[in-house]
Amino acid sequence: MKPFTKLTAIAAPLPMVNIDTDIIIPKQFLKTIKRTGLGVSAFYNLRYSDDGTPNPDFVLNKPEYKDAEILITGENFGCGSSREHAPWAILDMGFRCVIAPSFANIFYNNSFKNGILPITLPQEQIDELMKEAQNNPDALTEIDLEKQTITRGNKFSFDFDIDHFRKSCLLGGLDDIDLTLEKDAHIKTYEDKLKDDKPWL
Amino acid sequence: MRPRTLFEKIWDDHIVHTGDDGTCLIYIDRHLVHEVTSPQAFEGLRMTGRTVRRTENTLAVMDHNVPTTSRAETKERGIMQEDSRVQISALEKNCSEFGVQLFDLFDKRQGIVHIIGPEQGFTLPGMTIVCGDSHTSTHGAFGALAFGIGTSEVEHVLATQTLIQSPAKSMRITVNGALSTSVTAKDMALHIIGEIGTAGGTGYVIEYAGEAVRNLSMEGRMTICNMSIEAGARAGMVAPDETTFAYIKGRPMAPQEGNWDKAVAYWKTLPSDDGSTYDKEVAIEASNIVPTVTWGTTPEDVAPITAQVPAPTDFDDPNKRQSVERMLDYMGLTPGTKLTDIPIDKVFIGSCTNGRIEDLRAVAKIVEGKKIADNILEALIVPGSGLVKAQAEEEGIAEVLINAGFDWREPGCSMCLGMNPDQLEPGERCASTSNRNFEGRQGRGGRTHLMSPAMAAAAAITGRLTDVRNMA
Ligand code: SF4
Repeated sequence: MKPFTKLTAIAAPLPMVNIDTDIIIPKQFLKTIKRTGLGVSAFYNLRYSDDGTPNPDFVLNKPEYKDAEILITGENFGCGSSREHAPWAILDMGFRCVIAPSFANIFYNNSFKNGILPITLPQEQIDELMKEAQNNPDALTEIDLEKQTITRGNKFSFDFDIDHFRKSCLLGGLDDIDLTLEKDAHIKTYEDKLKDDKPWL
Repeated sequence: MRPRTLFEKIWDDHIVHTGDDGTCLIYIDRHLVHEVTSPQAFEGLRMTGRTVRRTENTLAVMDHNVPTTSRAETKERGIMQEDSRVQISALEKNCSEFGVQLFDLFDKRQGIVHIIGPEQGFTLPGMTIVCGDSHTSTHGAFGALAFGIGTSEVEHVLATQTLIQSPAKSMRITVNGALSTSVTAKDMALHIIGEIGTAGGTGYVIEYAGEAVRNLSMEGRMTICNMSIEAGARAGMVAPDETTFAYIKGRPMAPQEGNWDKAVAYWKTLPSDDGSTYDKEVAIEASNIVPTVTWGTTPEDVAPITAQVPAPTDFDDPNKRQSVERMLDYMGLTPGTKLTDIPIDKVFIGSCTNGRIEDLRAVAKIVEGKKIADNILEALIVPGSGLVKAQAEEEGIAEVLINAGFDWREPGCSMCLGMNPDQLEPGERCASTSNRNFEGRQGRGGRTHLMSPAMAAAAAITGRLTDVRNMA
C-alpha cells in the first residue's frame, strides 16, 4: 500500500448527502476480478448521460476539477453495500482523500486499506471547505496527516481526529496482514483454548 | 463482575490481543464467501504465498451473479454474460485451490449467502461471523456478532482468521407490546429505520429487544437484523432463546449429540445481564407500527400505506428538502398522491431480507386462488436457497404461486441488486421485498418500493400499492 503522509491538491466539491456505494460504483462493474480499472466507471450514473457521453453538468466532469485528489462531500458517505470496489473506483479516479461530516462504517474501514484518508469534520467546517472549493477551484488544499491538519493557503486551517493505529498504518503504508501475523503466537494460543471451551466449533 | 450486554460478552470472548492504543485483534469463528467480493482477496493470498488458515470455518457460495433461470448442465450453465461466467469460474477455481467448501450452482444447498448460513447451522449463537457483504448483519438474529467487511478484510480473515477492530457503541431498540395482525418483521424494520434514520445507527451495534421481538420467529428476527445496516449500524442482534435453539437443532452443521448440551449451556449465558447499560436506548410501541412502504430512494423514506406521498415542504431540514425533491422526481411521484393509488409494473419477492420459507408462505396465503393484475409485467419469486425452493414445492406453495401467475425461479440475489439479467427497465416501478431502494439499485432508472412479502403479494393482485389488511 502506498503510504500517505502529505497531500497538496485540488479539492472537488460534491455537495450531496447519503452517497451510497451503488452511486459510487454501480453493480454492473462489480463483475471484475481485479482491483484496478474502475476509475472510468466511478459515479457512472451521475457522470454519464444515457447515451454514454459525459454529462457536462456533473461537477467531477468540470475541467477545473479534472486533477482533483481531494473530495469534499455530504454526510453518510459510502453507505449501503460493503463493496470495496467503491474505494477502488475512487482511488483509480485519482482521489486520495475524502472529507465528509460522516462516513458509513465499512466504507471508512475500506478506505484505509487502500491508502485513502477519510476525514470527518463538523458540518460548519465542511460547509466552509465546500464553498471554498466551489468558489476558488484552482486553490490548493494541503493535508498533513502527521500533524492532522487541513489548510488552504492562509485562509484557514482545521485540525482533524484520526485513530492512532490507522494513522500509523497509513503513514507507513503498512500491510495489516503482516502486522497481524506478527501476533501468530497469540492466535495459536486462542485457538488451542477454543478447542476445550467450545468443542462444537 | 459488572453486568454486560450480549455484544460485550461476545466481544470479550473473542479478543485475541489488545494493542496499547486499544485496537483489538478479534477472532472470527465463521467466514462466508461469495463470488463478487472475494476474487481480489484470493488473488492477494496467491501473490503473497499465503493460505486459508481455517478452511473448515469458511463456506463459499455463488449467489449475487447467478442466473435464476434454468441452469442446464452445459458449459455456460445458463450464465449468459461472459464476465459473470468469469467471476463464477474464479470462485470455483479459488475454492478448489485453497480447499474451501463451495455450494456450486448445481448444489441443492446453493442460495443467498445469508440464507444458507443459518439453514445449515453454520451460523450459531455467540459467534463472530463475517462476510464480504453488508447484510451479514442478518446472522445477528441468532445472538451472534455478525458484520460485513470489505475485500481487504476478507483476505485478512482468510489468512489469519482474525480482524483488527475497535470497539463499537451499543444501542438497544426495545419494541414494546405486540404487533397487530398483518404487520410483520419487515414493517417493524422499515418503521425503525424511518424513526432513527439511515445514519441513526452509525458506529453502533444494535440489540433488538422487547416483547414484539421475542415473539418473532427466527425468520422474522433475521429480517430485522438484516436491515440494521440500512440504519447505518455495524450489526444487529437478538439474544438467543428457546426459539433460537429449536431452529438450530438438527441442522447439518449444528453441534451434534455430545456437544449439543454444552453449546446450549454456553448460549444461555449470552443474553444481556440485568443492569447492563447501552450508549443509546430507543423505545418503539409495536401498536404504532402498520404496514409500511418506502416512497423515496433511501430506506428511511417510509410511510404507512394509509398515507400520501409527502411534499418537500413537509421537511424542516433544508438539505432533506432538497433531497426529497430529487427523490420525488426520480420516483415519478406527485406530493399528495395516496400511496394506494400508485400503480406498479413489477413485483420482486426474494432476497436475504425476505426469501425464506415463511415469506413464501405469507405470499401464498394472500394470492391463493387469485391472479396477478393485468398491468403487472413481471412478478418474480426467487427463493432464498435451493432448500427453500424444494420445501415450497413440497408444501404445495410453489403451485399456488405459479397458478396465480408468478414466475418461479432458481435461488440467488436476483433483482435485489440486478447484477444478473433480472432488472428493472428505466421508469419501471417495483413492489419489492428486498432491502435497498437506492437510485438504480434494481436497474438503471428503476423505481423501488420496499415492503413486506404480504404487501408485495397484495400489490401483485391489485396492480398497485395496497393495504394488505383490506385483502379478503
Ligand atoms: S439478496 Fe440482495 S442484499 Fe442480500 S446478499 Fe444478495 S444482493 Fe445483497
